[in-house]
Amino acid sequence: MEEKRKIKIKVEDLTLIFGKRKQEALALLEKGISKEEILKKTKCTVGVNKVSFEIKEGEIFVIMGLSGSGKSTLIRCLNRLNEPTSGKVFFDDHDITRETNKELLETRRTQMSMVFQKFGLLPHRTILENAAFGLEIRGDEKQEREEKALQALETVGLKGYEYQYPSEMSGGMQQRVGLARALANDPEVLLMDEAFSALDPLIKSDMQDELLAIQNKLQKTIVFITHDLDEAMKIGDRIAIMKDGVVEQIGTAEDILTGPATEYVEAFVNKVDRKTIITAESLMFKKITLVQIAKDGPKGSIRKMRDIGVDILPVEDEKRRFLGYVWLRDLLELEKEKEMSIEKALKKNVPSVYKSYSVEDMLPLIIGTKYPLAVIEEDTGKLLGLISQTSLIIEATRFEKEEISELKERANEM
Amino acid sequence: MEKLIDLGKYIEIGINKLEKNFSGLWEAIDGVISWTVDSMNDVLLGIPFYIIIAFVALGAYYANAGKSAFKIEGLKKGAGLAVFAVFGLLLIFAMGYWEESIQTTTLVIVSTLIALLFGVPLGIVAARSTTADVIIRPILDLMQTMPAFVYLIPAIFFFSVGNTPGVVATVIFSLPPAVRLTSLGIRNVAEDVIEAGRAFGATERQILFKIQLPLAKPTILAGINQVILLALSMVVIASMVGAKGLGSIVYQGIQQNDIAKGFESGLGIVILAIILDRTTQAIAKKK
Repeated sequence: MEEKRKIKIKVEDLTLIFGKRKQEALALLEKGISKEEILKKTKCTVGVNKVSFEIKEGEIFVIMGLSGSGKSTLIRCLNRLNEPTSGKVFFDDHDITRETNKELLETRRTQMSMVFQKFGLLPHRTILENAAFGLEIRGDEKQEREEKALQALETVGLKGYEYQYPSEMSGGMQQRVGLARALANDPEVLLMDEAFSALDPLIKSDMQDELLAIQNKLQKTIVFITHDLDEAMKIGDRIAIMKDGVVEQIGTAEDILTGPATEYVEAFVNKVDRKTIITAESLMFKKITLVQIAKDGPKGSIRKMRDIGVDILPVEDEKRRFLGYVWLRDLLELEKEKEMSIEKALKKNVPSVYKSYSVEDMLPLIIGTKYPLAVIEEDTGKLLGLISQTSLIIEATRFEKEEISELKERANEM
Repeated sequence: MEKLIDLGKYIEIGINKLEKNFSGLWEAIDGVISWTVDSMNDVLLGIPFYIIIAFVALGAYYANAGKSAFKIEGLKKGAGLAVFAVFGLLLIFAMGYWEESIQTTTLVIVSTLIALLFGVPLGIVAARSTTADVIIRPILDLMQTMPAFVYLIPAIFFFSVGNTPGVVATVIFSLPPAVRLTSLGIRNVAEDVIEAGRAFGATERQILFKIQLPLAKPTILAGINQVILLALSMVVIASMVGAKGLGSIVYQGIQQNDIAKGFESGLGIVILAIILDRTTQAIAKKK
């Protein structure tokens, strides 16, 4: 389903060079000459270097990078606050880089709104007038724009503050005004440039939740710039990681955490709190042998266990629903008693999770149990895979497997 | 010492040519300025002095007290200057210099308005174009460092004696802060606010009128305050070319070595200066 969404913004080979001898620098860049060389030869800086990506409708697309990575320059190419040196930016099917000034103003007025790190509010205007600013610029009638601005202020939770001034508000509230101003225009695309970076951590986290809630309701296409990977992981449907003007990797948070494409990305993701991002789906062991309660008696089950060398196996019913586990030692008992069904050996009260559970969600479930976590499909109850307790602990602590067994041994000796 | 270059001569030739070739223009300017100054004097002198005093005192009070004009708080802020204005102006009236004070005030107001008429647009141009700034800046420096008396010579030349050369010399002398502070105010508007305006599709015009000018307002008002004070400081010099007012009394005091006259008229100028300065400063400080 995800894949069928329409592509809203398509960036093709976008390059932006700062300096006077742009064309010369561009020609050198085409020849594959390095940024440093180009700087030496032409005194031009390559801000964005042949970047291409696609953003789907209704997606939160995060561009993440440290300062100087070109991310803010890149987002400004989308509404041409920075003029790209070469390349194309398609909005739906039409190329923004070829718009005339008049068309560009129209695009900025109706289709793309921007939220800024430093808020960019007008100190001499009330909150309501600030929120209505974009509408005023495009010439909406006073009454109409105030209605829309009021509605936008309500969306961001600022009802009742209309007649205050920005200086009377905290940073978080000012940024809500910035967001309301962008939403009041009812644009298709929101460009958010480090929108929450200037806020205190707690307020920042609130604003992220707020943005996600608003996005749930309004389904805008959002391009979000940040230098904070945790923030990127939290709000991004997909993330592009930038370094030195180049996109190093594009993917979902989990793609990037589990398969970093370059060393740079890897160094980055090592610092992330993986517990909240890694899900059951990526941790589970999928090639599982199952015991079928109707078909496999104790004998058949014991054979299956010996084949793969384990002493416990999951059990499913004839409709492939997960039931629980059987232990080898219990099956041996049953075999001795000439029992034909494994029913009596079945351990039913075992922990199970859905594939979207995060490590943080799953950790408490392993307390006081010796079973692995069963990952089951939500509607059918079918077993999708198993997660061993060890791999959960590895994910949570970032210890290697050997380290964990060593720690365990030491603890036992004490 | 012998002159190697006769620069002054060339300037003189130039000024002579200007005078002859544009004599219609000078006459027109003289007409407009004289008419404005005279009719303003007539109107103000036609109003009973106590009404003007009351009006000035209320204006001074409101400028300082602002929104809290009807509260105790406002009384604390605004009462001082209002009381000063009442007693100060009464003193001027009692000393017998009411008419001269009105003439001086008119001269200051007319000069200030003309200076702003040219200064603010020039400031806007200087703020928006680096080339314009590079050209305007040294001219302003020249205008400010050139001794004020020098302006009197061409002023008399173009407009003979009277109020007009006084106003013209005053305008030239008091123009620079209007240009400088307008330009400074606009240049100091934070880049992020302007960028926000651009991002929402504002035209250059909208950016100027909806963002830059409103945000530069306090600085521009500070500039206006400077212009007024500079204009007031020119009144004595202006009186040397025949401008009427307190300045000419001071000038008489100097010529006749009359300490009493000199002191009284000087005091009158100080009183006017304090009222004008404090009132315009209060307006500039308000949000």
